[in-house]
Order: sequence, then structure tokens, then C-alpha cells
Amino acid sequence: MMTAETLVEISDLNFSYDTRAILNGVNMTMKRGQVIAIMGGSGSGKTTLLKLIGGEVTPSSGYVKVSGQVIHELNRDALFAMRRKMGMLFQFGALFTDLSVFDNVAFQMREHSDLPESMIRDLVLMKLHAVGLRGAHRLMPAQLSGGMSRRVALARSIALDPMLMMFDEPFTGLDPISLSVIGSLIRRLTDALEMTSIIVTHDVQESLSIVDYVYFIADGVIAAHGTPEEVKVSKAPFVHQFVHGETDGPVPFHYPAQTYLKDLQLEKTVA
Amino acid sequence: MPKRIIAGIQKVGHRTIEGIRRLGHATLFFLLVLLKSGTSLRRFNLVVRELYYVGVLSLIIIVVSGLFVGMVLGLQGYETLQKYGSESAVGTLVALSLVRELGPVVAALLFASRAGSAITAEIGLMKATEQLSAMGMMAVDPVARVVAPRFWAGVISMPLLAAIFSVMGIFGGYLVAVVFIGVDAGSFWSQMQSNVDFRIDILNGFIKSCFFGVAVTAIAVFEGYDSPPTAEGVSGATTRTVVTSSLVILGLDFILTAFMFRGL
Repeated sequence: MMTAETLVEISDLNFSYDTRAILNGVNMTMKRGQVIAIMGGSGSGKTTLLKLIGGEVTPSSGYVKVSGQVIHELNRDALFAMRRKMGMLFQFGALFTDLSVFDNVAFQMREHSDLPESMIRDLVLMKLHAVGLRGAHRLMPAQLSGGMSRRVALARSIALDPMLMMFDEPFTGLDPISLSVIGSLIRRLTDALEMTSIIVTHDVQESLSIVDYVYFIADGVIAAHGTPEEVKVSKAPFVHQFVHGETDGPVPFHYPAQTYLKDLQLEKTVA
Repeated sequence: MPKRIIAGIQKVGHRTIEGIRRLGHATLFFLLVLLKSGTSLRRFNLVVRELYYVGVLSLIIIVVSGLFVGMVLGLQGYETLQKYGSESAVGTLVALSLVRELGPVVAALLFASRAGSAITAEIGLMKATEQLSAMGMMAVDPVARVVAPRFWAGVISMPLLAAIFSVMGIFGGYLVAVVFIGVDAGSFWSQMQSNVDFRIDILNGFIKSCFFGVAVTAIAVFEGYDSPPTAEGVSGATTRTVVTSSLVILGLDFILTAFMFRGL
């Protein structure tokens, strides 16, 4: 019963660039209909995790299973077939700058289906309506604000009704209104389309209000996880520091360096 | 001192190995583009769209440059030929220089700086703004959808642009020699007609421009696709496209000329 609901299963996942370990023994389970946040400081391996789920990079060991299939074992055609059921919202939208808003949303439908143009038009307008930008379908990406391009990108990524949506820092650089618009859209679309949404973010307040479960990643390992309620009252030092945005705690403020006195050449070297 | 020399030698070695590695990488990428050209041929409107950006928008620079190069050739040719009383051969001189050499070579150099750099910058920026990754995540292969149509558009445009360059050049030569200086129009055209051979001159010039088209566009798409996803990376890649293309055009021109006209 539990496995039937599980959409994404990550087991003992390791990944390293050259010799630098990025992820170290990560285990996660994500169920259908859930919005899951993956939080952590910059450079903690969050985005890499999305790339592993999307099959852009191959794990050093362990696996990512999406609806029962191990992603890195799929051949190219099977991986592309799998990706048609996934959506990914890139940090700054990644809209195709040479195509209009309409053509951006229609892109996947035109590439992957033989639907008549009249039906594509209806579908595109429906998707744009869902993100509140039906009236902007003639604009070019350069004419959109940051929040609007991300909403268009969201409409584009749900064009084929994916079962899994991934959001890479969807809240970065947005004003408070656009931020809550994107937040509530993610929640509403997840519920309406019965998909699973994974949000990689470091925006604590906005994401805690919309997600079902939170994973904290630090130095490539899961430092803590739990529901938003559990996380808010957590006494674990890392979670506490992160949720409350404290400068000091288990995450150091300083990048590793030799002693300050030595750097300023004030320390006498012992002969 | 020896340490510095060793370090210098190591640097040279490292650069050489890196250069060869990149060349191999570029060759593999070129084969990949050819392999994934099916989409471009099936959906030819993708190529037609790029033909506009790569070919049609390059027309102005090609037409104007061709005209001026032809006019200069007419002027210089007349000045020299009249010393030997054979100024009527100026038509032959203009036509042969353009069709055999200047048409393909100068058009290719202009094409590299006008269209090649644009292709590199566009693909590089698409990569830097994650548009290519987004396409891949939408299960659309960016090499088939973005790179291959641009490659074929360049390959198709180049010979046509070279031909237009030559025609405009001959017209420029005619303007200077016949209209302004007053060389006899009949001998200008008839000498040209009898001395320019279709197979040896025109066909060989055409073959050259095809080679240049493949070389320039292959370099441009590779540099764009391989560029580091930063502003600095894209600008470096664009410069490399123009420099490498120009050198390759000139080197290739010598090799092709040696084979074609000396029968080596």
C-alpha cells in the first residue's frame, strides 16, 4: 500500500565531482500528491539532487527510482520517455528567448504530440490561465518581469500534465507578492494535477507554509527531516539555526582559513 | 632555473594535450550533429527559419563588400593591364580572381564574422541561461533541435553567399572598367566568357565555398555548445569562432587550391 503511493525513492545516493563528494548516502521517499522541500545552504548539493532525479547526471553509487524505474539504468529513449512525465522549473525560468510566451508553452505539445493547432491553442490558453497570464500570451520573454517569466515557465513545465514537478529555487529574487503567488500556485497545481512537487529552496518561511515535508541537506548529508510543524519547533541545532536564520551555529560564518592573526601577518612565527 | 624551464615545457605539453583533446571533442560533436540531423531534414521549416538569420541577414554585408572588392579589382587590373595594352582582359582578371579565390574566401571570412559569431553567441547564451538544459529536461534533444538546424542553414547559405559575392564583384568590375573608364563592353564580356571555364573555375570555387561553409558553421556551433556558461565564457567562445574560422578558411583554401589547380 505504501509502495503504491511512493513516486520517488532515493536510496543511499552518493555523488561526487572529480574527487569532491557532493552527496553522501542520501535516502528519501516522496509520495504522490506531496509537496516536498529540500533546504540547505548554497552549495550543499540541492540542485545536484534535482539533476540526479532528472537523469542529467549519474550517481557514483546508490539510485533514484521514479515510479519504480531506476533513472540511471534507463537508456536514452526510456529516459526521454520518463522526462515527458517530469517537469522542471529552472531558477530563472529558462524560457526560450526567441519564442513568444504562447510558443514557449506550446513547445512540448508541438514536439511530442500531433495535436491539431486549434487544440494546442486551447490547451496553451488553459495552462496560461492557470498561472494568471492568459492575457500575456503574445508577449516575448524579454517583456516579462522576473515573477511573470517564472509563471510562464511554470505553465510550460506543466504543459503535458507531469506526475513529478521539480522547482529549482522558485522564490529567488521575487518581490513578496510574486513570491506568494508562485508559492500558492505550486500548492494548488500539485493538488489539482495530483502530482508530486519537489522544491529546492532556501526560502524558509514561504516554503514551510505550503509544503508537506522538509529535508535539510548540509554537506551532502540529510541533516534533519520532518513535517513543517516538527521543523518549526525542532531543537536540533542545525534546523534551529536555518529556520531562524541565525548567523552563528553549526553552519560556520567563516570559510575555512588559517588563523586571522596569521593572515594579517601579526602572529610571530616561532623560530 | 631548470625548474622554470621544466615548468615551461610542462605548460607547452599541457596546452598541446588540451588542444588535441578539444579537437577530438569537436570531431565527436561534429559527428553527433550529423547523426542527429534527421529532425532538421524531416522538419525543414526549422532550417528555413535559421536560413533567414544566417543567410538572408548576411546579404547586405556580402553584397556591399562584393561590389567594392570588384570595383577595386577593376581599377587595379586596368591600371596594370593597360601598361601592356591588354586592358580588355580586365573582365577575365576580375572574374577569375573572384570566382576562383576572392568570392569563396572573402565571403567565408565575412560569413564567419557576421553569422558564425552570431551562432556561437546565441547557442552559448542559450546554454548560459539554462535554455538547453530546459529543452533536455523536456525530452527534446538540443543538438537535434537547436544545433543541427543552424549547422545545415550555414552549410546551405555559404555557397549561395559566395556566388552572390562573385556576381556583385563582377558587376563592380564592370561598373569601374566599362562604365567609368570606358573599356569596350563587348571585349570585357566576351573575353570573360571565353576564359572562364565552368568546371575548372566555377565548379571548383563552388566546392571551396561548400568546404568553408561546413568548416565555419561546425566551428561556430561547437564553440557555442562548448562555451562555459558565463558572460566571459560566451565572449571568449565568440572570439575563438572568428579567429579559428578565419585561420581554417585560409589554410583550407591553400590545400584545396593545391589539389584543384595543381592537381597534386
